[in-house]
This record gives sequence, structure tokens and C-alpha cells, in this order.
Amino acid sequence: MKLVFELGSRGRRMSILPECDVPEYVPGNERSTKPRLPEVSETELARHYSELEDNIFGLNNGMIPLGSCTMKYNPKINEREASLTGFTDIHPLQDPDTVKGCREVIKETEDALCEITGMDAMTLQPSAGAHGEFTGLLTIKKYHDSRGDNARTKIIVPDSAHGTNPASAAMAGFKIVNVSSTEEGIVDLDALREAAGPDTAGLMLTNPNTLGIFDRNIKEITDIIHEAGGLCYYDGANLNAIVGNARPGDMGFDVVHLNLHKTFSTPHACGGPGAGPVGCRAFLRDFLPKHMRSFSCNFLVVVRALTYIKMLGGDGLADVSRNAVLNANYLMSLISDKYETSPEGVRFMHEFVITMEKMEKEHNVSALDIAKMLDDYGIHPPTMYFPLIVHEALMVEPTETEPKEMLEYLSDSLHKIYEQSITDPEYAHSAPHTAYITRPDEVKAARKPVVKYAFE
Amino acid sequence: MGSFIPNTPEEQKEMLDVVGAKSFDDLFTDIPEDVKLRNGLDLPEGKSELETDREMKSLASMNKVYGSIFRGAGAYWHYIPAIVKEVTTNETFVTAYTPYQPEINQGVLQSIFEYQTMICELTGMDVSNASVYDGATAAAEAAHMCIDRKRKKMIISEAVDPKTIAVVETYCYGSGTELVKVPAKDGKTDLDALQAALDGSIAGVIFQQPDYYGILEPAREIIDMIHGAGAKAVMSVNPTTLGYLETPGELGADIAVGEGQPLGIDLAYGGPYLGFMAAVQKLERQLPGRIIGQTEDTEGKRSFVLTLQAREQHIRREKAGSNICSNQALCALAASVYMAAMGPDGMRETAVQCASKAHYLRDRLAEAGLRQKYDSEFFNEFVTVSETDTDAIMKALDAENILGGLPLGHGEILWCATEMNTKADIERAAAAVASVTGKEVTA
Amino acid sequence: MNHPSELKYTTSHEWIKEENGIVTVGITDFAQDSLGDIVFVNLPEEGDDVEVGESFADVESVKAVSDIFSPVTGKVAEVNEELADAPEKINEDPYAAWLIKVSDVTAYEELLSAEEYEKACEEE
Repeated sequence: MKLVFELGSRGRRMSILPECDVPEYVPGNERSTKPRLPEVSETELARHYSELEDNIFGLNNGMIPLGSCTMKYNPKINEREASLTGFTDIHPLQDPDTVKGCREVIKETEDALCEITGMDAMTLQPSAGAHGEFTGLLTIKKYHDSRGDNARTKIIVPDSAHGTNPASAAMAGFKIVNVSSTEEGIVDLDALREAAGPDTAGLMLTNPNTLGIFDRNIKEITDIIHEAGGLCYYDGANLNAIVGNARPGDMGFDVVHLNLHKTFSTPHACGGPGAGPVGCRAFLRDFLPKHMRSFSCNFLVVVRALTYIKMLGGDGLADVSRNAVLNANYLMSLISDKYETSPEGVRFMHEFVITMEKMEKEHNVSALDIAKMLDDYGIHPPTMYFPLIVHEALMVEPTETEPKEMLEYLSDSLHKIYEQSITDPEYAHSAPHTAYITRPDEVKAARKPVVKYAFE
Repeated sequence: MGSFIPNTPEEQKEMLDVVGAKSFDDLFTDIPEDVKLRNGLDLPEGKSELETDREMKSLASMNKVYGSIFRGAGAYWHYIPAIVKEVTTNETFVTAYTPYQPEINQGVLQSIFEYQTMICELTGMDVSNASVYDGATAAAEAAHMCIDRKRKKMIISEAVDPKTIAVVETYCYGSGTELVKVPAKDGKTDLDALQAALDGSIAGVIFQQPDYYGILEPAREIIDMIHGAGAKAVMSVNPTTLGYLETPGELGADIAVGEGQPLGIDLAYGGPYLGFMAAVQKLERQLPGRIIGQTEDTEGKRSFVLTLQAREQHIRREKAGSNICSNQALCALAASVYMAAMGPDGMRETAVQCASKAHYLRDRLAEAGLRQKYDSEFFNEFVTVSETDTDAIMKALDAENILGGLPLGHGEILWCATEMNTKADIERAAAAVASVTGKEVTA
Repeated sequence: MNHPSELKYTTSHEWIKEENGIVTVGITDFAQDSLGDIVFVNLPEEGDDVEVGESFADVESVKAVSDIFSPVTGKVAEVNEELADAPEKINEDPYAAWLIKVSDVTAYEELLSAEEYEKACEEE
């Protein structure tokens, strides 16, 4: 594919602006060279982006069973509502009287999310999950600061946690204490008791956790932290497994972040924008940071989420998690003859982790190879090499919006891939075979980074 | 109630059988009874698509869409070429995931590589990341980039957008970084105060060009002063102005950040927007977030991948420079399509029209009795002051379906003009103001 | 795997060589092999203090980052600047591609001979 800079010719341009209808005024200090931006016609530009789009895998192309990412279908009605000029053409600093609709959207969303999480207050400011984590941790920090409880400098994080948890805690000025998981993949209560103490600011936990297991000791866990004087933070990455059937507030959590781009069906958009609202209990309300970004929230993302919540209602949301868990368990049942889960013999919720350790040892075909082979079957690979505590991990989350036949097709594909890997490991190593490129050289990219076009 | 679950109740039953569960309850056995939500959520009942559409449209209709907007202050009313929306509403771009699988997502990766290149061209900097949440968080991330083992304090000018200052303060509270605020004098950074605040403990200084009041700061002098103290210069810029103005790169800034919303992104009541970040080569590895790099595949074909990933949170965990693990990909795409559609000449023309219309507006408002507060060179925003009741002025403009400038208190108003405001709009606005101040205006 | 007998080793896979009161530190063949293709090395600055058992540098592969621990306490006298542009030198010859030289050494970690080190590697 050509880069946009390799298209067009000098002087080629589109007819976008009218002539200036007032006397021209230019201040001094003009830039010395023109930016080398594309000089193209609309024909070329339209074709360019169509070509790029042909080499992207979207949910419209097929299933994206990425564990912990909740790549559910993005309803079209969400997009329509988010494109209404009554939402898109509103200046963020308009007077409150002229934005009653926006304020109502925000209020209804906040109220619904409070009910869904069992929290008392909600801020929609955070622009992503990680931003939500940072917001929630600052809330915890401010709370302890307000009490003069300055010794609480540590955040406890289980070893199965996402990298964002420790990174967010560090940004909020906390030190990290890791606690180990049991063989069953849940928090080791003894290790937790050991770790909790007068220096504990809080605990960050995803439940179900990153292995897809609901920690049945959740009340004991939050009790241990509360008894030590810490607060409990719920990472809502996996809320899709329980929405409408259980609430973080009822598990004992004090602060919660949600990912609207996961549970609430707003699109991932190639990596963003999303939104990561944060809720908390009433006693923390005043400690929610007020300035996490320039303006109120990723408003059009919120519009989409509210549209979805309105359509589903409470019962519809409860159906979401039931079917998300059913789809995952159904898929797991279909492939369990060949693929080993980690840990074994536990109840998985909306996602499960398989380990390719044996395949890797016996046939030298890795989780990466298996993942890349799926490309050729028209399925996006699952999450690879996460969580870190499982070797050769593949983490699969089908979501509730995939039909039964799609799960069966994924299972059939995985069975074929399993056979192929054993009979022809070389074929596996060179997968995918039908994509626009073969495997790219990431070492070269990192050693001598080329991060912009080299103009001639 | 609405639903997006394809499987029918009969199919669900079949699947439960295969799983070995009698009912859905069997799937939730790990959730303790006292945690289970027994009576369901207390939310309004679900609705059909048609009913939902009606409700959302009714909410949208409760907002006022102005015919002409003279308010900026961080969010700007610009023309968005048709092709921008056509591309960014494409289903594939909308629904794809982060391009962690390069083989099947070259289109995303290439689009971001193109974005990075355009941001470097626009700012005159060496390297750009794939974007962050918005302009204010970009400034806050830039503050963190400046900090090293020896220098741990930051300075921010009070001529910077107060919203940006507030966000930088929030981030600094988190990291325990001391933030020193240098006051503004006559609407610009007070250079004497800046010089006095600069010492060996200062890691970097954040200033804005044009500043919050629209004024052009003596950027070169400021940057030289910062470098004289061995600190890094973070310049927050409005990308529209860079179609014309000297770039942060030419001026010697170490990091350029800004709000990318003017580049083809809807006002949308504040978001989603786009924070761009670009830096000099030697700070490449300090840039937070995603960066796309060029490489080749096993056949030697040009390819793009997420690179320098070992800087990031998913690998470096608590030692990462930032926790960010997304970018505003679709907004970055909008910015790329916008810049490609405008081209270098269109970007310059937009900038010049903004400046021209703002100066025309300044003159007409002066006739209408609103005096320009600061006697300094400005770009497309400026502050007026008068004895007349600001509310009355805003009401008169509102009646004309015009959103006036942003009231700053004490009779001051921060005005903005862009290529969208026609001469007729400007004259209509001035007439509305004059109707309150009692002045006569030519038109 | 190559572990020269004239060098001393640590269980955290650094090698050291002492000459005229200056200690040179690098990472072992075993370490570079298990890290894979090294793409970047974060090094300290001249004049920095290093301490036994504390991390003084890290090396990055594409998908991992590993801390390098100091086998001695002292002051960084010299840094191998060459590695900034050519981190692959560590993969090519880990004993030529030293990381830092340390002066004013006041304490040592318990060091292993090549033979003892290889035994420790086997147990890993």
C-alpha cells in the first residue's frame, strides 16, 4: 500500500474553503517552510482510505474473541444517536440553559451506572479504563490525605493483574505490593492477610479476574482490606460477566471503574476513544478529582452507552452477562478435547485461558503460532501471553453477541489448527498465509525506530 | 426490551445442555448468594430501537445548536470536510481493535504512522506518538516526560488555559511533583517572574502559544530562557495556527503538545477529542503511549507495527512512564484525513482566515463599545472589556442565534473567530452587541 | 554456552572483571540467550552510585524488560555508550559488550566462578 505522502502531486488540492470575505490580516512570525502534508484530490484520498480499510479486521469482518477486551457487537443505533447534530455541534462551554439535553444524557448515564455498580456517585470524566484507574486511585489518595493518614502508601495488586493496575498506582504515587494467586487462580487469602496492614492504601482487583474466574472469597477479601484500613478498588474490565447479576458495591468495593467500550457496547475504534467512568461510595464523593481532562467527558461515547442501556434495560443487561458466560462455556466445552485450560477443573465465567505449553514443548508450535493461524480462518486471534502467570497463554472471550454457529466455526477452526500444528509445524510458524503481510520484523522496528515517513 | 443476543432461548437451552448446566444459575455458582443480585437492576424497562431513537432525539433537541459561534477557549468551531466523516464512520475503522495483530491490521497501523508524520510536519518536531486523550492530558504527560532524577519540579505559566493548568495539577498531585505557577502580566507570561522561578531544580516549563487570551507569546525568548536554566520547554499549541505560525520545532521547543480537536473533530460537548504529543529525537523513548514504527515482513515488504513497546505499562508495569494503554485512534484518523484534505495550502488558508476574521471582529466589536483589553499581537482569540452587563450582551447575541465569546468575569469576554464566521455573521454579532451598549456600528 | 573462566559471575546473571581497582560489569551469555534479541539498554550516567543487589540498568527485548543488578557498591566511572546505538552487540558478544565500569568499590556480592555459575544455570 502506498502512503498518503506518495500520492498526488504538487499543487493538487480540494476545493474546501471559500475566499476570505474580510480584509486579510497576517501576524508576523510565519513558519519558514510549509508542512509537507499531502497534496491530493478527493478521488485519491477516498481510495487511499478504502485500501487501508480493506486491510483492517473489524467486527464487521468477523469474530474478535480477545480475552479481557469484550469485543461485542457495536449496535448501529448507537452510531446514529451519536451523530445527531444536537449532540455533535454543541460547544462544551455553552451556557447550562442551552445544553439541557447533554446534561440529561450525563445525569441519566451516571444514575444508571450507579445502579449497575451499586455505587453512590459517578464521574464520567475518565477517557479510558487506565484513565479511570488513575482517577479512582487519586480518589483513594485524597481520602487518606484528608484524614492525615499519610502512612498508607501501598496498593495491593494480585499477580494476575493487568499491567495498567501497577502503572496507574505508580502514577498516583503509590508503591505496589503483589499478592500471589492460589493454584485455583484466585487470591491467596493468607498472602493477602500478610500483605495488608497500616501501610495499605487499597487493593485493586478485577472480579472475575484475568483468568476468567469469579473469586468466591470476594467478601473476605474486601473485609481483610477494610479491617486493615484500606479501600477496595474494582477494575471493571470484566463487568460483562456479571452485569445485572452481581454488583461490585455488594461485594464490598468502594471505588469502581467501568469501560463503556467493553460492557456498554461502544466501539473500540482501532484503539480509542473509549470511556472509563468512575463510581464511588458516598463517603468518597468529595474526593473524586474534578479535573481529569479539559471538558466534561467523551460525550459521544456516553451517548452511545446510554442508548445501549436504554434499549436493554435492567433485564436485558442481566441477559448479557448470562449469555456471555454461556457462550464462553459452550465454546470451552467444544474445544476441551484438544485444548487445556489453565487452571483446570474450575468454573470459568465470560472468558477462559488455554495454555499451549504442551504443544510448544512437544511440537515447537507456540501460542503465537496458533493465534496467527486463526487469521487464515477469518477469525481475529485471542489475547496472547496474558495473564503472565500462565505459560503460552491464549485468552478467549467470545461475548454474548456471537451466534452459536460462530462459536462452532471457531471450534472447528481450532480443531483443524491443532491437527495442522502437529502434522506441519513449519506451516504454523509461517502463519498467517492470507494476510496482507507475513510476520513483520519487530526487532528491527524497535532497534532502529522509523516512526515517520522519510520524505525525499 | 431490546437485545443484541443472537441465540434464541431454545438455542441457549441446547448450549446449556452441552455445558452440563441445568440453568443459567449453574453458571454462576462461584458468586456467593449474598452477593447475587436477586431482584434485578432498578432501571427503566428496555425498549425497542424505534422508542430508543425517539428518546435520544428528544434529548438532542433539548440542546441549542447555534448558527454562528464566537466562543473558543479550548474548543473550536471549524469546517469539517465531508470526506472526514465518510472515512471515520466507516464500519471497519469504527469497530476494529487496537492493532496488536499487525498482519491483519496494516490499515490501522499505516493510518497512525501517517498521522505521526503529519503531526511532526505540522509541529516541526522529530517524533510523535499515536495520541493521548486530549490537549490537557497531553500537557500533563509532557510534564512527566521532563522529570528526571535530578530535576523534579515543573513550572506552568498562568497564561496557559486554566483547564490545562488544573489537569496538570491533578497529575502532579498524583506523582508528587511540585508545580510552580508563574503569573501572567498583561495577558502574557510574566518573563521576570519566569526568570526568577527558574533554577537548577526545574525540569521543565509549560507555556501556550497563542496563550489562553489569544496573544502571541515571545516564544523564542521564553524557550531560550528555559534552556538557559537547563530545563525543557513544553509548548502547547493550537494546531490550526501552525498552518501559518512558526513551529515549536523551529523555535527550539523540546516537546509540543496540543488539543487536536480543531483538526476535523466535532465540538461534541467536549469529547472525544485528541491530545497530540511530539518531541525532539532525544526524548523519543520518554514519549508515553503507543508509537507506530516501520519495518518489513519476512518477504521484505514494507510493514508497520506497534514499536518501542517495552516502555509501556503492559510490559514495564509500575516502572512505565505512563499508564496510558489506548490512543484516540479514530480521532487521530479524523485529524489525518482533515490534514490530507486541506493540504499545506488549505491549512495555511484556514489559519489566515481565522486570524483575519478575528481582527475584523475585534474592529467591529470595538465600534460596538467593547474595547480590546490587551494591546498585544493576537491570532484568532482576544479579550474585550466593557462596563456593559455581559449577560445582556450574551442574551442579545443568543437572540440572533449567535454564541458570543466566553465571559471571563469583570466585564471581560474572550472572543474567537474562525473560517466559519462569515463577514455577515460578524457584523450581525457587532450589531447585537451595539444594541446593548447603545453604540452605532457601520455595516 | 560460553562462560569464560577468568570472569566472576552472579546468580542474577551478571559477569564482572576487576582490573586495577576498576570493576567492569556485563551480562552473561546465558542471560542474553534467554532475553532474546535485545533492542535497547537503559544505562546509568557517569558518576551515579550503584549498590550491591540494586538495579542499575535494564535491557529491553521486543516484549520484555529485565533489570540488571549491580554486583558491587561503588561509583559509575564509565558507561558503554556504544550500546545506545547498537544494543545487538550484547547478543553478538556479551563479554565484549560491557555495560559499566565501576570505581571506588566498597562492597561485593557473593561471586561465583564460571563452573559454579554454570551449575546454577543448569538448576534454573
